[in-house]
Amino acid sequence: MASHAQPRDASDQKLCLVDGSRLVIESLARAGADTFVGYPITPANLLYAYGFRRFPAALAAPDEITALQWMSGFSACGRLPVTATSFPGFALMVESLNMAHMMELPMLIVLAQRLGPSTGSATAGAQGDLQLVQGAISGGHAYPVLCPSNLIDCWDLAQLAVETATRLRSPVVLLTSKEMLMTQRDFDLASLPAITPPARAFYAGDEPFAAYSPADNLVPEFLPVGSSRHQVRLTASTHDRRGIHAHLAPEAMANTARLHYKAVRNLAYYTRFDIDEQAGADTLVCAWDTTALAAREAVATLRESGRAVSLLVPKTLLPVPPVYVETVSRYPRVVVAEENLNGQLRQVLFGAAGRSGVTGVNAIGRMVSPAEIAAAVESR
Amino acid sequence: MTGRFIANPVLPFCGGCGHGLVVRNTEKALEQLGLSPLDVVLVTDIGCHGLIDSNFTTHTVHGLHGRAVPLAAGIAASLPAGKKVIAYIGDGGAAIGLQHLMEAAHRNFDVTVIVHNNMLYGMTGGQPSSSTPCGFRTPTCPDGKEGRGADLCRWVHAAGAMRCRRVLGKGDFSEAIAEAVAGSGFSLLEVIEYCPSYGAKHNPGRSLDDIVREAGLALENLTNPPAPPCRLAPKTDTGSLLDLEPISREFTSELDRCVSIMLAGSAGEGVQSAAEMFARAAVAAGLSVTKKGTYPVTVGIGYSVAELMLSPRPIQHTAADAPDFVLVTSADGLKYCGPVISRMRSGHLLLDSSLANPATAARVTQLDFRKPSGPRAAALCASAELLRLHQLFPLAALRAEAGRSKHTAKIDVERLLADSKTS
Repeated sequence: MASHAQPRDASDQKLCLVDGSRLVIESLARAGADTFVGYPITPANLLYAYGFRRFPAALAAPDEITALQWMSGFSACGRLPVTATSFPGFALMVESLNMAHMMELPMLIVLAQRLGPSTGSATAGAQGDLQLVQGAISGGHAYPVLCPSNLIDCWDLAQLAVETATRLRSPVVLLTSKEMLMTQRDFDLASLPAITPPARAFYAGDEPFAAYSPADNLVPEFLPVGSSRHQVRLTASTHDRRGIHAHLAPEAMANTARLHYKAVRNLAYYTRFDIDEQAGADTLVCAWDTTALAAREAVATLRESGRAVSLLVPKTLLPVPPVYVETVSRYPRVVVAEENLNGQLRQVLFGAAGRSGVTGVNAIGRMVSPAEIAAAVESR
Repeated sequence: MTGRFIANPVLPFCGGCGHGLVVRNTEKALEQLGLSPLDVVLVTDIGCHGLIDSNFTTHTVHGLHGRAVPLAAGIAASLPAGKKVIAYIGDGGAAIGLQHLMEAAHRNFDVTVIVHNNMLYGMTGGQPSSSTPCGFRTPTCPDGKEGRGADLCRWVHAAGAMRCRRVLGKGDFSEAIAEAVAGSGFSLLEVIEYCPSYGAKHNPGRSLDDIVREAGLALENLTNPPAPPCRLAPKTDTGSLLDLEPISREFTSELDRCVSIMLAGSAGEGVQSAAEMFARAAVAAGLSVTKKGTYPVTVGIGYSVAELMLSPRPIQHTAADAPDFVLVTSADGLKYCGPVISRMRSGHLLLDSSLANPATAARVTQLDFRKPSGPRAAALCASAELLRLHQLFPLAALRAEAGRSKHTAKIDVERLLADSKTS
């Protein structure tokens, strides 16, 4: 899927200059997210501004922890809250993210990556938070992390994030970056597919509600706190199906394990990626976020010069879909391009031990260029 | 003790712990108020008091250490007024989440916070908290705490809480709980109690009355003038973010390659708005465009730089190794672009005539950008000069776009953007 919409008749087009933030927020709102909790942090500022304009309800939080706790309260009552942050804010949200994971509260965190470590350079782009997001849940639990690679993705994946959060009763992270969210591009708004918010169903049974009694897909039904029909118990501590603290009891341990397997079992539902394979190619280029745009250019240039090469753009970053593992295993050479120092997607895919034939193209403080990727593919 | 609000009479607390009294008085207060269990949400923090969830028949939500108050606030803001949200926290949780307490009181969330102040962190072995009074002994400060203990009631009252009250955790104080829960807006009830395991043992012979008196903590009932509680209020003016003025492709361009342009000037001199007009004009001429803005976090001073890319084909990657054109309208812009200009091996630098000519391998042309219509039109003027010199797309496209822009109300667009300069 290219960054530009499919060619359309000029009369049908609605050409505008837009940034990713605008599409993300509009898509989230149309998909049913209803409460924006703002906390000021660069480069999530546009998301904040748009969120307050567009969402049916919005509240300005004084800090990151308050933001996540308010959101947890909103979510517990059946709302679908969203916040936007960057690394420093996300770091402070981690404990509350764990709470939302444990309580199984749908919510969205849009993480606008910027250059770190620490405060770093707030207005410089980066792709340095994948491993932080991957390890955010104590115990290494999986949860959905989606990443747009172009403006169309900003629209599609924001909608998917809302659907996944409600379907899985889970927090979802939309991992993106300053470049994706703030760079303006010409774009045909008429090319965007319509979004219909899914009807959200709550527990309607007559039996007492058990907040953590899973269905076949490992996801429990949901009933808002404050219900006048049934008692609702939610807890951040290890608990049984009713939401009662249960330490190491087998039922509680099964519940804790379920939280991880819930994300894995339903992975196919929210797996999105682009694969562009070329016959005879022995090299696969893999890139995420805006580096995927550079990778597309590099692949096009290489093919024009007669070099066969394939491209994988992961959009569902975590948990790692099995198709990524299957795909990279078919190529003797894999070039992973990303805007960080240590090769975070490369490590997610191949681990610290790596693999023969796997190389990284990395940069910090600047974007990885198509020429660098092409050179890595050409080098032997 | 079994009733409508307490299903299990066996409380999970040590013998003599004041937490049990809080639970019994809470139940009595809720009965007095005639509430139904499903009208009540009990939010508990980390600490021994937080073990009580399974005993209550109300909704229960058990959160993180120090964070029960904002969690309760989020719940309260989402529920209708008839529902009652009570947060149980300890003095340790109050210390960890002090900002949350102040914020919740200040915003007047409709929550009753009951602080189980046993003057230490009990669950973790008896460490002192901010509220531990001076001289009070705990296992980790056997000689007595140094420094003052916090007066939570006065702090939270100063933040704007509707009601703040301190009581001793003895006997029947259900009336105080009932008063707090019945009222609208934020209430704090601080219950002074003893931890039998870590407090009473280390402070033999000291009664709660003695401790409170010696610490100067008054058993007072503080109020603020009534104010509406904070609830999520649905907005009605949430129009689509996609209701943008579309760009009509009324022009054409003969540009046959991707070019990058850096437009650099000073904050407040219309650099970003000129760049956006330029970008929209390029789209109107059939080109693909990207635009980035760069400026210091202090947006009202220093440089303001816009980076543009124009191409007859869809643009993917949005960074060029070096710009093809650099347009500089002020000293701030020149300072920012200096390193870029010095690295240019080709391309064209268009420089305001007031600026010193920098060392560069690029072609340099000095022109008046600031004089024709003043500094606020300098960036637009420079953009026009670029089009006059290089015909990337018709100047008429920029003229049309500028004519529609709210940013050019005080600019003679027709004169400034004429196809050829008149002076």
